[in-house]
Amino acid sequence: MLATLIIVFREVIEAALVLSIVAAATKGVAGRHKWLVLGVLGGIAGAALVAIFAGAISDSLEGAGQEVFNASVLFVAVIMLAWHNVWMSSHGRELAAEMKAVGHDVSVGTRPLYAVAIVVGMAILREGSEVVLFLYGIASGGVGASGLLLGGVIGVAAGAALGFALYFGLLNLSTRHLFSVTSWLILLLAAGMAAQGANFLTQADILPSLGRAVWDTSWLLTESSLVGQLLHTLIGYTARPSGIQIAFYVGTIVLIGGAMKLYGDARAQPKPGNHAPRPIA
Amino acid sequence: MMMRKFLPAAVVILAMGFAAPAFAEDPVMVEISIKDHKFDPAVVDVPAGKEIKLIVKNLDATPEEFESTELNREKIIGGGRQGIFYLDPLKAGTYPFFGEFNQATAQGKLIAK
Repeated sequence: MLATLIIVFREVIEAALVLSIVAAATKGVAGRHKWLVLGVLGGIAGAALVAIFAGAISDSLEGAGQEVFNASVLFVAVIMLAWHNVWMSSHGRELAAEMKAVGHDVSVGTRPLYAVAIVVGMAILREGSEVVLFLYGIASGGVGASGLLLGGVIGVAAGAALGFALYFGLLNLSTRHLFSVTSWLILLLAAGMAAQGANFLTQADILPSLGRAVWDTSWLLTESSLVGQLLHTLIGYTARPSGIQIAFYVGTIVLIGGAMKLYGDARAQPKPGNHAPRPIA
Repeated sequence: MMMRKFLPAAVVILAMGFAAPAFAEDPVMVEISIKDHKFDPAVVDVPAGKEIKLIVKNLDATPEEFESTELNREKIIGGGRQGIFYLDPLKAGTYPFFGEFNQATAQGKLIAK
């Protein structure tokens, strides 16, 4: 039961952290619950489907199907996180001001909430399908169903508790800080996911590794430790990153950060008229 | 555009083919089985400094996730299926791997010499 608990917990925390960060980042937006729930349910349904078709996925693309699939899921999430952050950098200030003025949720019609739903769905789909396969393996190995169920339930609950802790911790921040902190978290989350996606493509022999382990900090912190795994999920910590992982990590930060700066600066002018209009590239 | 991108690669490949056939060596094949949630063999000697093609055959009926942080690899291998891993040349050393779904028993390592 303990083994089940630990492994389920480890899979669940990754999805739970992603969910808690995007939930905190969308604080105060009317209709976000609907989208978050949609993302969770869609992710669970997708996880079951992926688990059922795991064999077919693995066998596709000459045996590289699983890697390409995982990389695709990660890259879709990266694009959605990028979109969310760029949107927030241009609308975050007015959103925060409006929330402060009206004191309750504001509805921003154009906000890309589906991007948030997709991010949550992708995170749950990836981790959830592993949980399903793992539990299936245990179940067919003859471990008592009650021990399996109990371990699984406690594992999910513990992972969810960690997610809630992060979520409520973030909500303690003032609205203005909340948006900048979640923007940073999402930026690093996206960079870590991009690096992980690149690693899957290296494993599939599609991308070169550009150096198998450029540095090695496993003496300090391994990814298999709990702290190492949390940092792996949150900021993409990798003890032995390959060259291509570093390139994708830095590239993602530069691209998303650059887009945020570009759109953030262009829209952050207090009122048109007071300043000379900026040329929009 | 295509030529500009591929020409250098083509030149390198041709040069390797003509000048140094030793570089065009096939990767070293290494095969490991998973049976009863254990690796067989659990300790594998591999040559350092050579590309390796690692084939992991899962003879169990249940899925296993082959994982190694040292090798930077992770992949679920379904019951009765196999997974293939291409590894860049390794430095001499020990590279542990494990089956994430059965960590109590599924432990092994590559020793590069």
